[in-house]
Amino acid sequence: MCAMSNEHYAKSLGLHLNYSIITDMIESGASVLDLGCGDGTLMKMLKEKNVHVSGIDISEDNIVKCLEKGLSVIQGDIDEGLHGYPDKSYDYVVLNQTLQSTEKPDYVIKEMLRVGKKIVVSFPNFAYWRVRFYLMFHGKMPKSNILPFEWYDTPNIHLLTLKDFYDFAKRHDFRIEQKLTMTRAKIRKSLFHKVFDNFFTEEVMFLCTKN
Amino acid sequence: MHIVETKIFKITEPVDLESGKQLKEVEVAYETYGELNEAADNAILLLHALTGDAHAAGYHEGDKKPGWWDDMVGSGKAFDTDKYFVICSNMLGGCKGTTGPNSINPDTGKEYGLSFPVITIEDVVKVQKKLIDFLGVKKLTVAGGSMGGMQALEWALAYKDMVCHVIVIASTPRLSAQSIAFNAVGRNAILSDPNFNNGDYYHGEKPEKGLSIARMVGHITYLCEEAMHEKFARRFQDKDTPNFNFDVDFEVESYLAHQGQTFVDRFDANSYLYITKAVDYFDIAKKYGSLEKAFEDTNSKYLVISFSSDWLFPSSQSKELVNALMKNKKDVSFCEIQSPCGHDAFLLEYETQTRIIRSFLCAQ
Repeated sequence: MCAMSNEHYAKSLGLHLNYSIITDMIESGASVLDLGCGDGTLMKMLKEKNVHVSGIDISEDNIVKCLEKGLSVIQGDIDEGLHGYPDKSYDYVVLNQTLQSTEKPDYVIKEMLRVGKKIVVSFPNFAYWRVRFYLMFHGKMPKSNILPFEWYDTPNIHLLTLKDFYDFAKRHDFRIEQKLTMTRAKIRKSLFHKVFDNFFTEEVMFLCTKN
Repeated sequence: MHIVETKIFKITEPVDLESGKQLKEVEVAYETYGELNEAADNAILLLHALTGDAHAAGYHEGDKKPGWWDDMVGSGKAFDTDKYFVICSNMLGGCKGTTGPNSINPDTGKEYGLSFPVITIEDVVKVQKKLIDFLGVKKLTVAGGSMGGMQALEWALAYKDMVCHVIVIASTPRLSAQSIAFNAVGRNAILSDPNFNNGDYYHGEKPEKGLSIARMVGHITYLCEEAMHEKFARRFQDKDTPNFNFDVDFEVESYLAHQGQTFVDRFDANSYLYITKAVDYFDIAKKYGSLEKAFEDTNSKYLVISFSSDWLFPSSQSKELVNALMKNKKDVSFCEIQSPCGHDAFLLEYETQTRIIRSFLCAQ
Protein backbone atom coordinates (compact mmCIF):
# COMPACT_ATOMS: atom_id res chain seq x y z
CA MET A 1 0.00 0.00 0.00
CA CYS A 2 2.68 2.42 1.06
CA ALA A 3 4.71 1.63 -2.00
CA MET A 4 1.76 2.22 -4.25
CA SER A 5 1.10 5.73 -2.95
CA ASN A 6 4.77 6.60 -3.19
CA GLU A 7 5.05 5.55 -6.78
CA HIS A 8 1.98 7.48 -7.70
CA TYR A 9 3.51 10.63 -6.29
CA ALA A 10 6.69 10.04 -8.17
CA LYS A 11 4.71 10.05 -11.37
CA SER A 12 2.25 12.80 -10.60
CA LEU A 13 3.92 15.42 -8.51
CA GLY A 14 7.02 16.62 -6.92
CA LEU A 15 8.35 13.59 -5.12
CA HIS A 16 11.64 14.60 -6.64
CA LEU A 17 11.34 17.87 -4.79
CA ASN A 18 10.93 15.88 -1.59
CA TYR A 19 13.90 13.77 -2.53
CA SER A 20 16.15 16.75 -3.06
CA ILE A 21 14.95 18.44 0.13
CA ILE A 22 15.74 15.33 2.13
CA THR A 23 19.05 14.85 0.36
CA ASP A 24 19.99 18.47 1.19
CA MET A 25 18.82 18.08 4.77
CA ILE A 26 21.03 15.08 5.52
CA GLU A 27 24.77 15.52 5.82
CA SER A 28 27.35 13.27 4.17
CA GLY A 29 28.52 10.41 6.30
CA ALA A 30 25.22 10.17 8.22
CA SER A 31 23.29 6.90 8.47
CA VAL A 32 19.72 6.80 7.17
CA LEU A 33 16.91 4.27 7.29
CA ASP A 34 14.27 4.92 4.64
CA LEU A 35 10.87 3.45 5.54
CA GLY A 36 8.69 2.59 2.57
CA CYS A 37 11.66 3.22 0.34
CA GLY A 38 9.86 2.32 -2.89
CA ASP A 39 12.13 1.71 -5.84
CA GLY A 40 15.12 3.22 -4.03
CA THR A 41 15.36 6.57 -5.89
CA LEU A 42 15.86 8.58 -2.70
CA MET A 43 18.26 6.01 -1.27
CA LYS A 44 20.35 6.17 -4.42
CA MET A 45 20.52 9.99 -4.21
CA LEU A 46 21.58 9.73 -0.59
CA LYS A 47 24.13 7.05 -1.35
CA GLU A 48 25.68 9.27 -4.01
CA LYS A 49 26.07 11.88 -1.29
CA ASN A 50 28.02 9.32 0.71
CA VAL A 51 25.21 8.71 3.19
CA HIS A 52 25.01 5.17 4.64
CA VAL A 53 21.50 4.25 3.71
CA SER A 54 19.29 1.20 3.93
CA GLY A 55 15.60 0.79 3.34
CA ILE A 56 12.48 -1.17 4.13
CA ASP A 57 9.66 -1.79 1.71
CA ILE A 58 6.72 -4.13 1.62
CA SER A 59 6.73 -4.96 -2.09
CA GLU A 60 8.87 -7.70 -3.64
CA ASP A 61 9.06 -5.74 -6.88
CA ASN A 62 10.50 -2.70 -5.10
CA ILE A 63 13.01 -4.85 -3.25
CA VAL A 64 14.29 -6.20 -6.53
CA LYS A 65 14.50 -2.66 -7.98
CA CYS A 66 16.47 -1.47 -4.96
CA LEU A 67 18.87 -4.39 -5.19
CA GLU A 68 19.33 -3.64 -8.88
CA LYS A 69 20.45 -0.16 -7.83
CA GLY A 70 23.02 -1.75 -5.55
CA LEU A 71 21.17 -0.78 -2.36
CA SER A 72 20.68 -2.69 0.87
CA VAL A 73 17.02 -3.25 1.51
CA ILE A 74 14.80 -5.37 3.71
CA GLN A 75 11.36 -6.58 2.76
CA GLY A 76 9.05 -5.87 5.63
CA ASP A 77 5.90 -4.17 6.85
CA ILE A 78 6.69 -1.01 8.80
CA ASP A 79 3.37 -1.35 10.60
CA GLU A 80 4.90 -4.35 12.34
CA GLY A 81 7.56 -2.11 13.86
CA LEU A 82 11.31 -2.03 13.55
CA HIS A 83 12.04 -4.95 15.87
CA GLY A 84 15.41 -5.80 14.40
CA TYR A 85 16.84 -2.32 14.87
CA PRO A 86 18.54 -1.28 18.08
CA ASP A 87 17.76 2.05 19.77
CA LYS A 88 19.33 5.11 18.14
CA SER A 89 21.01 2.99 15.50
CA TYR A 90 20.46 5.53 12.71
CA ASP A 91 21.11 9.27 12.51
CA TYR A 92 17.90 9.68 10.54
CA VAL A 93 14.82 7.59 9.94
CA VAL A 94 12.81 8.83 6.97
CA LEU A 95 9.10 8.32 6.29
CA ASN A 96 8.43 10.13 3.05
CA GLN A 97 4.76 10.54 2.02
CA THR A 98 3.85 7.31 3.77
CA LEU A 99 2.60 8.25 7.25
CA GLN A 100 -0.98 8.63 6.00
CA SER A 101 -0.89 5.10 4.54
CA THR A 102 0.27 3.28 7.65
CA GLU A 103 -2.12 1.20 9.72
CA LYS A 104 -0.73 2.44 13.01
CA PRO A 105 0.85 5.88 12.48
CA ASP A 106 1.40 6.42 16.20
CA TYR A 107 3.28 3.15 16.57
CA VAL A 108 5.33 3.79 13.44
CA ILE A 109 6.40 7.26 14.68
CA LYS A 110 7.20 5.84 18.10
CA GLU A 111 9.42 3.21 16.52
CA MET A 112 11.08 5.80 14.29
CA LEU A 113 11.90 7.95 17.32
CA ARG A 114 13.33 4.91 19.06
CA VAL A 115 15.57 3.83 16.19
CA GLY A 116 16.55 7.25 14.82
CA LYS A 117 18.28 10.16 16.49
CA LYS A 118 16.22 12.37 14.18
CA ILE A 119 13.22 11.57 12.08
CA VAL A 120 11.98 13.05 8.82
CA VAL A 121 8.26 12.80 8.13
CA SER A 122 6.32 14.19 5.22
CA PHE A 123 2.64 13.96 4.34
CA PRO A 124 -0.08 15.73 2.34
CA ASN A 125 -2.00 18.31 4.37
CA PHE A 126 -5.71 17.56 4.45
CA ALA A 127 -6.45 21.11 5.61
CA TYR A 128 -4.99 22.69 2.46
CA TRP A 129 -7.51 25.21 1.18
CA ARG A 130 -8.14 23.39 -2.09
CA VAL A 131 -8.92 20.20 -0.18
CA ARG A 132 -11.28 22.11 2.11
CA PHE A 133 -12.99 23.79 -0.85
CA TYR A 134 -13.30 20.50 -2.71
CA LEU A 135 -15.20 19.00 0.17
CA MET A 136 -17.25 22.15 0.68
CA PHE A 137 -18.28 22.71 -2.92
CA HIS A 138 -18.35 19.18 -4.30
CA GLY A 139 -19.50 17.53 -1.10
CA LYS A 140 -17.32 14.53 -1.97
CA MET A 141 -14.08 13.09 -0.68
CA PRO A 142 -11.38 15.43 -1.97
CA LYS A 143 -9.24 14.34 -4.91
CA SER A 144 -6.23 16.11 -6.33
CA ASN A 145 -2.86 15.39 -7.88
CA ILE A 146 -1.52 14.57 -4.48
CA LEU A 147 -4.66 12.75 -3.32
CA PRO A 148 -5.65 10.98 -6.52
CA PHE A 149 -7.56 8.00 -5.17
CA GLU A 150 -11.23 7.18 -4.82
CA TRP A 151 -12.44 6.89 -1.24
CA TYR A 152 -12.85 3.13 -1.63
CA ASP A 153 -9.42 2.28 -2.97
CA THR A 154 -7.17 4.85 -1.35
CA PRO A 155 -4.08 3.71 0.53
CA ASN A 156 -4.36 6.98 2.50
CA ILE A 157 -6.28 5.64 5.45
CA HIS A 158 -4.96 8.10 8.05
CA LEU A 159 -5.10 11.54 6.48
CA LEU A 160 -4.14 14.39 8.74
CA THR A 161 -3.43 18.11 8.89
CA LEU A 162 -0.54 20.21 10.15
CA LYS A 163 -2.50 21.02 13.30
CA ASP A 164 -3.12 17.34 13.91
CA PHE A 165 0.60 16.74 13.70
CA TYR A 166 1.38 19.57 16.18
CA ASP A 167 -1.05 18.03 18.67
CA PHE A 168 0.40 14.62 17.98
CA ALA A 169 3.94 15.85 18.68
CA LYS A 170 2.83 17.28 22.02
CA ARG A 171 1.01 14.13 23.03
CA HIS A 172 3.85 11.85 22.02
CA ASP A 173 6.53 14.01 23.50
CA PHE A 174 8.65 14.88 20.49
CA ARG A 175 9.92 18.18 19.18
CA ILE A 176 9.60 19.63 15.70
CA GLU A 177 13.03 20.99 14.82
CA GLN A 178 12.34 22.07 11.31
CA LYS A 179 9.30 22.49 9.08
CA LEU A 180 9.21 22.83 5.30
CA THR A 181 5.93 23.73 3.66
CA MET A 182 5.30 22.99 0.03
CA THR A 183 2.51 23.93 -2.33
CA ARG A 184 2.23 22.95 -5.95
CA ALA A 185 5.65 21.28 -5.85
CA LYS A 186 7.51 24.34 -4.60
CA ILE A 187 8.86 25.27 -1.19
CA ARG A 188 6.87 28.21 0.18
CA LYS A 189 8.41 30.59 2.66
CA SER A 190 6.11 33.63 2.46
CA LEU A 191 4.54 35.17 5.55
CA PHE A 192 1.18 33.79 4.43
CA HIS A 193 2.57 30.29 4.48
CA LYS A 194 4.13 30.86 7.86
CA VAL A 195 1.15 32.38 9.59
CA PHE A 196 -1.57 30.35 7.90
CA ASP A 197 0.49 27.25 7.27
CA ASN A 198 -2.40 24.86 7.82
CA PHE A 199 -4.43 26.66 5.16
CA PHE A 200 -1.87 27.28 2.44
CA THR A 201 0.35 24.19 2.67
CA GLU A 202 -0.31 21.31 0.31
CA GLU A 203 2.38 19.05 1.72
CA VAL A 204 4.73 19.35 4.61
CA MET A 205 7.99 17.91 5.81
CA PHE A 206 9.07 17.82 9.44
CA LEU A 207 12.38 17.10 11.05
CA CYS A 208 11.74 15.95 14.61
CA THR A 209 13.60 14.67 17.65
CA LYS A 210 12.50 13.05 20.86
CA ASN A 211 12.21 15.35 23.86
CA MET B 1 27.74 -24.54 -20.77
CA HIS B 2 29.35 -27.60 -22.26
CA ILE B 3 30.69 -30.83 -20.91
CA VAL B 4 31.99 -30.71 -17.36
CA GLU B 5 33.50 -33.37 -15.17
CA THR B 6 33.70 -34.04 -11.49
CA LYS B 7 37.21 -33.99 -10.07
CA ILE B 8 38.54 -35.45 -6.83
CA PHE B 9 40.63 -33.61 -4.25
CA LYS B 10 42.39 -35.77 -1.67
CA ILE B 11 43.01 -34.36 1.79
CA THR B 12 46.28 -35.80 3.00
CA GLU B 13 46.07 -34.98 6.70
CA PRO B 14 43.31 -36.42 8.92
CA VAL B 15 40.25 -34.21 9.49
CA ASP B 16 39.31 -33.52 13.13
CA LEU B 17 35.56 -33.60 13.60
CA GLU B 18 33.34 -31.68 16.00
CA SER B 19 32.47 -34.95 17.75
CA GLY B 20 36.15 -35.39 18.67
CA LYS B 21 36.62 -38.19 16.16
CA GLN B 22 38.90 -38.14 13.13
CA LEU B 23 38.50 -39.07 9.50
CA LYS B 24 41.47 -40.20 7.44
CA GLU B 25 42.08 -39.93 3.72
CA VAL B 26 39.04 -37.78 3.03
CA GLU B 27 38.26 -37.24 -0.63
CA VAL B 28 36.20 -34.37 -1.99
CA ALA B 29 34.33 -34.50 -5.30
CA TYR B 30 34.05 -31.07 -6.91
CA GLU B 31 33.41 -29.18 -10.11
CA THR B 32 34.46 -25.69 -11.16
CA TYR B 33 33.11 -23.36 -13.82
CA GLY B 34 34.78 -20.18 -15.05
CA GLU B 35 38.28 -18.98 -14.18
CA LEU B 36 39.86 -17.78 -10.97
CA ASN B 37 41.25 -14.27 -11.51
CA GLU B 38 44.75 -13.15 -10.60
CA ALA B 39 43.71 -11.61 -7.27
CA ALA B 40 41.92 -14.90 -6.50
CA ASP B 41 38.92 -12.94 -5.23
CA ASN B 42 36.18 -13.81 -7.74
CA ALA B 43 35.29 -17.25 -6.39
CA ILE B 44 31.77 -18.37 -5.52
CA LEU B 45 31.20 -21.58 -3.61
CA LEU B 46 27.79 -23.12 -4.21
CA LEU B 47 26.49 -25.28 -1.38
CA HIS B 48 24.06 -28.00 -2.24
CA ALA B 49 20.96 -29.10 -0.38
CA LEU B 50 20.22 -32.43 1.31
CA THR B 51 20.53 -34.74 -1.66
CA GLY B 52 22.53 -32.61 -4.09
CA ASP B 53 26.01 -33.18 -5.43
CA ALA B 54 29.04 -31.46 -6.94
CA HIS B 55 27.42 -31.37 -10.37
CA ALA B 56 25.75 -27.95 -10.19
CA ALA B 57 25.89 -26.96 -13.84
CA GLY B 58 26.69 -28.10 -17.36
CA TYR B 59 26.42 -31.62 -18.69
CA HIS B 60 28.35 -34.73 -17.93
CA GLU B 61 29.44 -36.68 -20.99
CA GLY B 62 26.42 -38.48 -22.41
CA ASP B 63 23.91 -36.96 -19.94
CA LYS B 64 20.60 -35.52 -21.08
CA LYS B 65 20.00 -33.56 -17.89
CA PRO B 66 22.28 -30.72 -16.72
CA GLY B 67 23.48 -30.11 -13.14
CA TRP B 68 21.03 -29.28 -10.35
CA TRP B 69 21.43 -25.47 -10.50
CA ASP B 70 22.10 -25.08 -14.20
CA ASP B 71 19.40 -22.39 -14.48
CA MET B 72 21.48 -20.20 -12.21
CA VAL B 73 25.06 -21.01 -13.18
CA GLY B 74 26.66 -20.17 -16.51
CA SER B 75 27.53 -17.39 -18.90
CA GLY B 76 25.21 -14.41 -18.25
CA LYS B 77 23.29 -16.25 -15.53
CA ALA B 78 22.93 -15.32 -11.82
CA PHE B 79 26.29 -16.87 -11.03
CA ASP B 80 27.96 -15.60 -14.16
CA THR B 81 30.83 -17.86 -15.14
CA ASP B 82 32.22 -15.10 -17.40
CA LYS B 83 32.93 -13.11 -14.24
CA TYR B 84 33.20 -15.59 -11.43
CA PHE B 85 35.04 -18.76 -10.62
CA VAL B 86 32.19 -20.99 -9.46
CA ILE B 87 32.91 -24.05 -7.34
CA CYS B 88 30.60 -26.77 -6.09
CA SER B 89 31.58 -29.82 -4.07
CA ASN B 90 29.74 -32.82 -2.74
CA MET B 91 29.39 -32.54 1.03
CA LEU B 92 31.16 -34.69 3.58
CA GLY B 93 28.92 -37.63 4.43
CA GLY B 94 27.39 -37.59 0.94
CA CYS B 95 27.42 -40.41 -1.55
CA LYS B 96 28.41 -38.64 -4.74
CA GLY B 97 32.17 -38.90 -4.64
CA THR B 98 33.05 -37.22 -1.36
CA THR B 99 33.91 -39.44 1.59
CA GLY B 100 30.78 -40.74 3.28
CA PRO B 101 29.41 -43.87 4.90
CA ASN B 102 29.53 -45.75 1.57
CA SER B 103 33.29 -45.06 1.21
CA ILE B 104 35.92 -47.63 2.11
CA ASN B 105 37.33 -47.20 5.61
CA PRO B 106 41.13 -47.29 5.09
CA ASP B 107 41.55 -49.05 8.44
CA THR B 108 39.27 -51.98 7.63
CA GLY B 109 39.14 -52.12 3.85
CA LYS B 110 35.34 -52.23 4.12
CA GLU B 111 32.60 -49.62 3.71
CA TYR B 112 32.17 -47.47 6.80
CA GLY B 113 28.44 -48.01 7.15
CA LEU B 114 27.36 -46.94 10.63
CA SER B 115 30.99 -46.86 11.82
CA PHE B 116 31.23 -43.56 9.94
CA PRO B 117 31.44 -40.82 12.56
CA VAL B 118 28.45 -38.51 13.02
CA ILE B 119 29.24 -35.30 11.19
CA THR B 120 28.01 -31.72 11.60
CA ILE B 121 27.63 -28.74 9.30
CA GLU B 122 30.81 -27.39 10.91
CA ASP B 123 32.69 -30.50 9.75
CA VAL B 124 31.18 -30.25 6.28
CA VAL B 125 32.37 -26.66 5.94
CA LYS B 126 35.79 -27.47 7.36
CA VAL B 127 36.33 -29.98 4.57
CA GLN B 128 35.12 -27.45 1.98
CA LYS B 129 37.64 -24.95 3.36
CA LYS B 130 40.47 -27.34 2.60
CA LEU B 131 39.28 -27.59 -1.00
CA ILE B 132 39.00 -23.80 -1.29
CA ASP B 133 42.55 -23.37 0.03
CA PHE B 134 43.78 -26.04 -2.36
CA LEU B 135 42.21 -24.12 -5.26
CA GLY B 136 44.13 -21.00 -4.18
CA VAL B 137 41.05 -18.86 -3.47
CA LYS B 138 41.62 -15.75 -1.30
CA LYS B 139 38.16 -14.15 -1.15
CA LEU B 140 34.95 -16.11 -1.38
CA THR B 141 31.24 -15.66 -1.92
CA VAL B 142 29.15 -18.49 -0.49
CA ALA B 143 25.64 -19.30 -1.68
CA GLY B 144 23.23 -22.07 -0.93
CA GLY B 145 19.59 -23.03 -0.57
CA SER B 146 18.02 -25.05 2.24
CA MET B 147 20.82 -27.01 3.94
CA GLY B 148 23.19 -25.19 1.59
CA GLY B 149 22.13 -21.95 3.27
CA MET B 150 23.10 -23.39 6.64
CA GLN B 151 26.55 -24.12 5.29
CA ALA B 152 26.76 -20.57 3.91
CA LEU B 153 26.03 -19.23 7.41
CA GLU B 154 28.60 -21.56 8.94
CA TRP B 155 31.14 -20.29 6.41
CA ALA B 156 30.38 -16.68 7.30
CA LEU B 157 30.93 -17.38 10.98
CA ALA B 158 33.86 -19.77 10.81
CA TYR B 159 35.93 -18.01 8.13
CA LYS B 160 35.01 -14.36 8.60
CA ASP B 161 38.02 -12.90 6.88
CA MET B 162 37.63 -14.90 3.73
CA VAL B 163 33.91 -14.59 3.08
CA CYS B 164 32.77 -11.34 1.46
CA HIS B 165 29.22 -12.15 0.30
CA VAL B 166 26.79 -14.61 1.86
CA ILE B 167 23.64 -15.70 0.04
CA VAL B 168 21.18 -17.68 2.15
CA ILE B 169 18.17 -19.02 0.26
CA ALA B 170 15.12 -20.75 1.76
CA SER B 171 17.15 -21.61 4.81
CA THR B 172 17.37 -21.07 8.53
CA PRO B 173 19.85 -20.60 11.37
CA ARG B 174 18.20 -23.63 13.02
CA LEU B 175 15.47 -26.09 12.14
CA SER B 176 12.08 -25.98 13.80
CA ALA B 177 10.83 -28.94 15.84
CA GLN B 178 8.42 -29.65 12.98
CA SER B 179 11.24 -30.01 10.45
CA ILE B 180 13.27 -32.19 12.81
CA ALA B 181 10.18 -34.34 13.22
CA PHE B 182 9.94 -34.97 9.48
CA ASN B 183 13.64 -35.89 9.35
CA ALA B 184 13.07 -38.28 12.25
CA VAL B 185 10.27 -40.04 10.36
CA GLY B 186 12.58 -40.43 7.36
CA ARG B 187 15.35 -41.90 9.48
CA ASN B 188 12.95 -44.24 11.23
CA ALA B 189 11.72 -45.54 7.90
CA ILE B 190 15.31 -46.40 6.93
CA LEU B 191 16.30 -47.82 10.32
CA SER B 192 13.27 -50.12 10.42
CA ASP B 193 13.73 -51.51 6.91
CA PRO B 194 14.42 -55.27 7.25
CA ASN B 195 17.31 -54.93 4.77
CA PHE B 196 19.00 -52.17 6.74
CA ASN B 197 21.17 -54.66 8.62
CA ASN B 198 22.61 -52.08 10.95
CA GLY B 199 23.92 -50.07 8.01
CA ASP B 200 25.90 -52.96 6.56
CA TYR B 201 23.97 -53.59 3.35
CA TYR B 202 26.44 -52.68 0.63
CA HIS B 203 26.88 -56.26 -0.56
CA GLY B 204 23.30 -57.43 -0.29
CA GLU B 205 19.73 -56.16 -0.59
CA LYS B 206 19.53 -52.43 0.13
CA PRO B 207 16.97 -50.82 2.47
CA GLU B 208 15.09 -49.49 -0.52
CA LYS B 209 11.63 -49.44 1.03
CA GLY B 210 12.84 -47.38 3.97
CA LEU B 211 14.81 -44.94 1.87
CA SER B 212 11.97 -44.46 -0.56
CA ILE B 213 9.50 -43.76 2.26
CA ALA B 214 11.99 -41.23 3.68
CA ARG B 215 12.09 -39.56 0.29
CA MET B 216 8.29 -39.56 0.01
CA VAL B 217 7.97 -37.82 3.36
CA GLY B 218 10.67 -35.39 2.28
CA HIS B 219 8.86 -34.59 -0.94
CA ILE B 220 5.68 -33.72 0.90
CA THR B 221 7.62 -31.14 2.89
CA TYR B 222 9.22 -29.66 -0.25
CA LEU B 223 5.82 -28.87 -1.73
CA CYS B 224 2.85 -27.12 -0.17
CA GLU B 225 -0.88 -27.59 -0.27
CA GLU B 226 -1.32 -25.17 -3.15
CA ALA B 227 1.46 -26.77 -5.20
CA MET B 228 0.04 -30.24 -4.61
CA HIS B 229 -3.46 -29.17 -5.50
CA GLU B 230 -2.16 -27.48 -8.64
CA LYS B 231 -0.18 -30.57 -9.65
CA PHE B 232 -2.52 -33.40 -8.71
CA ALA B 233 -5.77 -32.18 -7.18
CA ARG B 234 -7.74 -35.38 -6.40
CA ARG B 235 -7.20 -36.93 -9.80
CA PHE B 236 -6.89 -40.68 -10.15
CA GLN B 237 -3.85 -42.11 -11.88
CA ASP B 238 -4.74 -43.12 -15.47
CA LYS B 239 -8.39 -43.84 -14.65
CA ASP B 240 -11.60 -42.37 -13.29
CA THR B 241 -12.69 -44.88 -10.70
CA PRO B 242 -11.13 -46.22 -7.52
CA ASN B 243 -9.41 -49.62 -7.33
CA PHE B 244 -11.02 -50.62 -4.06
CA ASN B 245 -7.71 -51.97 -2.89
CA PHE B 246 -4.44 -50.56 -1.55
CA ASP B 247 -2.62 -50.11 -4.84
CA VAL B 248 -1.84 -46.65 -6.12
CA ASP B 249 -5.12 -44.83 -6.80
CA PHE B 250 -4.35 -41.15 -6.84
CA GLU B 251 -1.90 -39.21 -8.99
CA VAL B 252 -0.25 -37.84 -5.88
CA GLU B 253 0.40 -41.39 -4.65
CA SER B 254 1.92 -42.34 -7.95
CA TYR B 255 4.10 -39.22 -7.92
CA LEU B 256 5.43 -39.94 -4.43
CA ALA B 257 6.04 -43.59 -5.28
CA HIS B 258 7.95 -42.52 -8.38
CA GLN B 259 10.02 -39.96 -6.43
CA GLY B 260 10.79 -42.60 -3.81
CA GLN B 261 11.80 -45.20 -6.38
CA THR B 262 14.07 -42.98 -8.47
CA PHE B 263 15.75 -41.70 -5.32
CA VAL B 264 16.71 -45.20 -4.24
CA ASP B 265 18.74 -45.58 -7.41
CA ARG B 266 20.79 -42.48 -6.78
CA PHE B 267 21.18 -42.12 -3.03
CA ASP B 268 22.64 -44.05 -0.13
CA ALA B 269 20.41 -44.69 2.90
CA ASN B 270 23.27 -44.25 5.37
CA SER B 271 24.12 -40.86 3.86
CA TYR B 272 20.50 -39.86 4.36
CA LEU B 273 20.78 -40.72 8.07
CA TYR B 274 24.03 -38.82 8.57
CA ILE B 275 23.10 -35.74 6.59
CA THR B 276 19.65 -35.26 8.10
CA LYS B 277 21.25 -35.60 11.54
CA ALA B 278 23.80 -32.88 10.67
CA VAL B 279 20.93 -30.63 9.59
CA ASP B 280 19.01 -31.31 12.80
CA TYR B 281 22.02 -30.52 14.98
CA PHE B 282 22.76 -27.23 13.25
CA ASP B 283 21.89 -24.41 15.64
CA ILE B 284 23.87 -21.19 15.46
CA ALA B 285 22.03 -19.62 18.38
CA LYS B 286 22.97 -22.49 20.67
CA LYS B 287 26.56 -22.58 19.53
CA TYR B 288 27.21 -18.87 20.04
CA GLY B 289 24.86 -18.14 22.93
CA SER B 290 22.35 -16.27 20.77
CA LEU B 291 21.78 -15.42 17.15
CA GLU B 292 22.80 -11.82 17.78
CA LYS B 293 26.04 -12.84 19.42
CA ALA B 294 26.82 -15.19 16.56
CA PHE B 295 26.97 -12.37 14.04
CA GLU B 296 28.68 -9.78 16.24
CA ASP B 297 31.96 -9.66 14.37
CA THR B 298 31.34 -11.01 10.90
CA ASN B 299 32.39 -8.79 8.03
CA SER B 300 30.33 -10.18 5.19
CA LYS B 301 27.48 -8.69 3.21
CA TYR B 302 24.33 -10.78 3.45
CA LEU B 303 21.48 -11.54 1.09
CA VAL B 304 18.62 -13.55 2.55
CA ILE B 305 15.86 -14.90 0.31
CA SER B 306 12.75 -16.79 1.40
CA PHE B 307 9.63 -18.01 -0.38
CA SER B 308 6.10 -17.19 0.68
CA SER B 309 4.73 -20.75 0.52
CA ASP B 310 7.76 -22.49 2.07
CA TRP B 311 6.59 -23.99 5.35
CA LEU B 312 9.65 -26.22 5.86
CA PHE B 313 12.04 -23.27 6.05
CA PRO B 314 9.47 -20.53 6.58
CA SER B 315 10.03 -16.81 6.00
CA SER B 316 9.71 -16.21 9.74
CA GLN B 317 13.01 -18.06 10.27
CA SER B 318 14.71 -15.99 7.58
CA LYS B 319 13.37 -12.86 9.27
CA GLU B 320 14.79 -14.02 12.57
CA LEU B 321 18.18 -14.27 10.90
CA VAL B 322 17.77 -10.88 9.25
CA ASN B 323 16.82 -9.30 12.59
CA ALA B 324 19.93 -10.70 14.25
CA LEU B 325 22.05 -9.23 11.47
CA MET B 326 20.29 -5.87 11.68
CA LYS B 327 20.81 -5.75 15.42
CA ASN B 328 24.52 -6.04 14.70
CA LYS B 329 24.25 -3.31 12.04
CA LYS B 330 25.43 -5.68 9.34
CA ASP B 331 24.86 -5.00 5.67
CA VAL B 332 21.89 -7.23 4.92
CA SER B 333 19.18 -7.39 2.29
CA PHE B 334 16.10 -9.56 2.51
CA CYS B 335 13.49 -10.53 -0.05
CA GLU B 336 10.51 -12.82 0.33
CA ILE B 337 9.65 -14.07 -3.15
CA GLN B 338 5.96 -14.77 -3.75
CA SER B 339 5.75 -18.32 -4.98
CA PRO B 340 3.22 -21.16 -4.91
CA CYS B 341 5.95 -23.82 -5.11
CA GLY B 342 6.74 -24.39 -1.41
CA HIS B 343 10.30 -25.12 -0.35
CA ASP B 344 11.12 -26.41 -3.85
CA ALA B 345 10.77 -22.82 -5.08
CA PHE B 346 14.46 -22.20 -4.51
CA LEU B 347 15.23 -24.58 -7.38
CA LEU B 348 12.36 -23.40 -9.57
CA GLU B 349 11.87 -19.65 -9.22
CA TYR B 350 15.11 -18.75 -10.87
CA GLU B 351 14.06 -15.60 -12.75
CA THR B 352 13.53 -13.38 -9.71
CA GLN B 353 16.46 -14.99 -7.94
CA THR B 354 18.66 -14.26 -10.94
CA ARG B 355 17.75 -10.56 -10.87
CA ILE B 356 18.32 -10.34 -7.14
CA ILE B 357 21.52 -12.33 -6.93
CA ARG B 358 23.14 -10.77 -9.97
CA SER B 359 22.51 -7.27 -8.60
CA PHE B 360 23.67 -8.24 -5.13
CA LEU B 361 26.94 -9.64 -6.46
CA CYS B 362 27.58 -6.60 -8.67
CA ALA B 363 26.89 -3.98 -5.98
CA GLN B 364 29.93 -2.76 -4.17
